[in-house]
Amino acid sequence: MADFSIEHLLRDLAPQVLGAVTRRHGDFASAEDAVQEALIAAASQWPVEGIPDNPKGWLYHVAMRRMTDQLRSEVARRHREDAVASEVIADWAFVPPPDADLSVDEDDTLVLLFMCCHPALSQSSAIALTLRAVGGLTTAEIAKAFLVPEATMAQRISRAKQSIKSSKIPFSMPSEKERDARMGSVLHVLYLIFNEGYTTSFGTELNRTDLSNEAIRLARVLHGLLRTDPEVAGLLALMLLTDARRAARTGELGELIPLDEQDRSLWNDQLIEEGSELISQTFAKGNIGSYQLQAAIAAIHDTAKSTEDTNWNQILSLYSMLEQISDNPVVSLNRAIAAAMLNGPEVGLEMLDALDKDPRIAGHYRLDAVRAHLLERSGDLDGAIQRYRSAAERTSSTPERNYLITKAARLNDR
Amino acid sequence: MKFMLMMNVPKGTGDYQITSWSPDDFKAHIDFMRNLNKELQEAGEFVGAEGLAAPGEAKLVRASKTGGPPATDGVFPESKEFLAGYWIVDVDSAARAYEIAGKASAAPGPGGTPLIIPIEVRQVMSVPLP
Repeated sequence: MADFSIEHLLRDLAPQVLGAVTRRHGDFASAEDAVQEALIAAASQWPVEGIPDNPKGWLYHVAMRRMTDQLRSEVARRHREDAVASEVIADWAFVPPPDADLSVDEDDTLVLLFMCCHPALSQSSAIALTLRAVGGLTTAEIAKAFLVPEATMAQRISRAKQSIKSSKIPFSMPSEKERDARMGSVLHVLYLIFNEGYTTSFGTELNRTDLSNEAIRLARVLHGLLRTDPEVAGLLALMLLTDARRAARTGELGELIPLDEQDRSLWNDQLIEEGSELISQTFAKGNIGSYQLQAAIAAIHDTAKSTEDTNWNQILSLYSMLEQISDNPVVSLNRAIAAAMLNGPEVGLEMLDALDKDPRIAGHYRLDAVRAHLLERSGDLDGAIQRYRSAAERTSSTPERNYLITKAARLNDR
Repeated sequence: MKFMLMMNVPKGTGDYQITSWSPDDFKAHIDFMRNLNKELQEAGEFVGAEGLAAPGEAKLVRASKTGGPPATDGVFPESKEFLAGYWIVDVDSAARAYEIAGKASAAPGPGGTPLIIPIEVRQVMSVPLP
């Protein structure tokens, strides 16, 4: 049986130890492998032998020893290849005893996040590397979460490290000037990890490699390091407020339940309270960004007693603000829904017609799905059936397709 | 996002009559496919790939409406093309899936000439975890 307390401890320590080893040795790629080996060793030894008094020092010690072994075999290889080579063991190969105090730079976790979410990496590489290097997950766990073979995930991670090496991304904090843009990619990667977990899970059952929880955990770590960054707080609040609805958003067979039909008593009050408090505190300070706006919208939904009770007026103005700063047609789509809730489906439908001219979203199944809903509300049931079907034919998500087919079938059967 | 790349080849005609190729042509073709798979593995995009046995022994099975044993239909000489094999890849964009399909399509045939095999590219539906 997996020991969750050890697992959590290991995941918390993973980036701190990796930061210390990388700073000492300089080679991120080898350090990352060594720390991963140390984590695996700890995961098998600690449940039997007990958690050592200085777990961080233990992991550091084991990882450094792996690095030394690696260097020794490297030196031996060079000796074989070249008799005159006089390589000596580098000074970092001196390994302190496991009880020695290990100074950890808190910012290392941040530096690691900036490194793993670097825009030079492809999205899937950044996600995989972040989960392993910062999240402390094993390759097998990440592979399982993304339903790909372990060898493929291992290769993806090693390619990501290769890209870091060849792009000469340094293990250091980005300059003030660069930081905002780089922070944008960190938040985006965490958001993608959350979303991947949220859209592929159902019910309350927690998976060992639950990506949503892992994303929330990492966002909490980041928020802990950067208390005053409003967008980090916004992202964390958005995740909490979205995750709060998890138990209600799917039925027994994993079928999607739309917001207006969800059993709100299943929503997680504790998460709603934490998320709402966080976003209202952050919002009050000004300096509003897109994650904060999305979190504020989620908070309005989460604290409403029903769809009718929801403050659509406020949601509409938040979407208008979001539209101004983000230029994303999906935002405009959501704004049309809010406008329809407030002023009737015809108003929403008119706004959707304008989106038909936007090549970024024209023909997208979501446009049809929303149009189907609004047509249904306006009483044009045949039009709604047609749109539900056409959306169902184009989505690549099984639960969404099943939901859309069911909607069309029910209207057709009336 | 995952895609399935399906290699649908015309049946038993001209260049696709792989059993009548020269040993060198056959080897070049197999090597090409092996290298393609290796490249996908190294790129961290490989999910799965299989080649299917020749359609000569293919059967169509249908359950019986009356609850008896299922009916098995024999080989179908009239069908014009068949699925020779498939890949499943996990890539960042549809464009990358098309790029891989384009490579596979150019697998060498007799004399090393690219076969230009039609490859059907379909996105794999996302499924909730069990």
